Amino acid sequence: MTAPADRRVHLTHAHAVDLLSRMTRIRRFEEACAEHYSAGRIRGFLHLYIGEEANAVGVCQALTEEDAIVATYREHGHALARGLPMGEVMAEMFGKAAGCSRGRGGSMHIFSVRHRFYGGNAIVAGGLPLAAGLALADRMQGRRRVTACFFGEGAAAEGEFHETMNLSALWKLPVLFVCENNLYAMGTALEISESNTDIAAHAAVFGMPAETVDGMDVVAVEAAARRAADAIRGGEGPRFLELRTYRFRAHSMFDPDLYREKAEVEAWKTHGPIVRFTEWATATGLIHAGDVETIEAEVAEEVAAAVAFADAAPFEPVEDLLKDVTTPREVAR
Amino acid sequence: MTTSRRITYREAVRQALREALASDERVFLMGEDVGAYGGAYACSLGLVDEFGTERVRNTPLAESGFTGAGIGAALGGMRPIVEIMTVNFALLALDQIVNTAATLRHMSGGQVSVPLVIRMATGAGRQLAAQHSHSLENWFAHVPGIRVVSPSTIPDARGMLKSALADPDPVIIMEHAMLYNEEGELEDAEDHAVDLDRAAVRRPGEQATIVTYSAGVKKALEAAGRLADEGISAEVIDLRSLRPLDDETVMASVRRTHRAVIVDEGWRTGSLAAEVATRIHEQAFYDLDAPVERVCTAEVPIPYPRHLEQAALPQPEGIVAAVKRTLRR
Repeated sequence: MTAPADRRVHLTHAHAVDLLSRMTRIRRFEEACAEHYSAGRIRGFLHLYIGEEANAVGVCQALTEEDAIVATYREHGHALARGLPMGEVMAEMFGKAAGCSRGRGGSMHIFSVRHRFYGGNAIVAGGLPLAAGLALADRMQGRRRVTACFFGEGAAAEGEFHETMNLSALWKLPVLFVCENNLYAMGTALEISESNTDIAAHAAVFGMPAETVDGMDVVAVEAAARRAADAIRGGEGPRFLELRTYRFRAHSMFDPDLYREKAEVEAWKTHGPIVRFTEWATATGLIHAGDVETIEAEVAEEVAAAVAFADAAPFEPVEDLLKDVTTPREVAR
Repeated sequence: MTTSRRITYREAVRQALREALASDERVFLMGEDVGAYGGAYACSLGLVDEFGTERVRNTPLAESGFTGAGIGAALGGMRPIVEIMTVNFALLALDQIVNTAATLRHMSGGQVSVPLVIRMATGAGRQLAAQHSHSLENWFAHVPGIRVVSPSTIPDARGMLKSALADPDPVIIMEHAMLYNEEGELEDAEDHAVDLDRAAVRRPGEQATIVTYSAGVKKALEAAGRLADEGISAEVIDLRSLRPLDDETVMASVRRTHRAVIVDEGWRTGSLAAEVATRIHEQAFYDLDAPVERVCTAEVPIPYPRHLEQAALPQPEGIVAAVKRTLRR
């Protein structure tokens, strides 16, 4: 754990508690999702974020309400970090009409326009052009906003990644590219899918400043994201962060996790983002005795309430099947 | 008093682009070579001088990237017109069109609309061989969440763009490359928006209905003219909108003529012609006096030599023969 040398991160007791609380909310939410998946209440794909919490929490610290987020199919963590109500997200997982996407999207398509959270894109690298476009609209309309675009390292092999990196650098678009490098694209290890495993180096090709950050260190992520966001807001064009991270669970609930050693997973868990931050912040006196217990109790209550809300919420009536394919016309024919 | 001028389809498209850029600051045009080059088919020639490089925006050769950027810009409050040089290259942007533009509204539970217009050239007939001659209108018309229109006339070449920009959802305008040099009358009407939902009867007739769209309209009209010389009265319907299809106009005609021939420059298998024929069978079967006929492109990648290319495409002779078959003549 690195002490924040960067003046942009003000590590007070309140801030440390907030970071830990945000990461804990995601962890316990994800665990509840796994449980309810096994119980059959959540279906389809479910990609858990456990192990990567520091990325979403750290980056979101650097964003304002005006900024936008485009994420992937492993986006429940980002949605919670962004401030979407947990009940709405859980209801979406349950496919209920009270879900943030009215149940139509499910776990991979969490949307909340009032939080400027533009999904939930489940095509690898498919969200990158969208983020560039949101940023282009901001630029053309003279708004000093940032669009943060999260994606995995697998996206770096896709054409849309390179097309968007070029376009964004060429047009100096205010995009914060956040590559969450968890070392495996589903079951394909980085070294068997990339000729150059240094993902941040890809940004250099486009003349885009990039930083490689320890994605298990929430403070380092926050500091790097603040530096990048400041530069973007200052009109310097896009920035790229490669966050080195690891997912502790399988790719999805369908994944038997045969492609990596159990010892490797266990080794990463010993320096996971929550345990590491807790130990460091306790040792340095940033968090106090009882803080962890208080956070856990509050989060447990919030998760229980979210599950209860999702459980009690009604499904959309089947008569509404064809709703929201196109925008309703004011004048019906 | 309305005045009218004789202009080309290309000029009508350009006029529509100019009017859109001039009337709404949110509108911008983005695509390969739309700037100094003036567009591969010269539709945007000169517009960069009038509106600048921000609003007539040349893109890198990255169809998926700039189409997706158009979707994002639409979400961000702009009204982008994305020009994809041809339908052939639009295949590189299918991910963004099908997986993003068409789905965002639905999978967000109705939170967003994507007011994006995508224009592209389509079709064969210029000896451009197999990779530059596709007619894949049906691929896009297959997808719920997008609207697909195909102007065959000068007024539609102008008016469909205005109507498309007023539509809150993604609209794909497929402009047939063989039509750009076609000339016709254009009225300088103030409000030139057209109804995107309706097919149009381009020639009234009594004994058979020819249903077609895009460049097929010209061929169908030529066939109808020849049939008239032989005393056969054929109606020609221009679908105009390929999604949604205007069943009402087609069925009203077929119920009156009792015969239908569908002309489609797509390949027969899985074609729009198949869709229209099926709808006729579903909705007007007992009004038919003969099986529905189809005149489609031969099932071959479009060949380079002119005689083979023309042989592959629907032609007036084939349309005349098909209409006569429905009349057992």
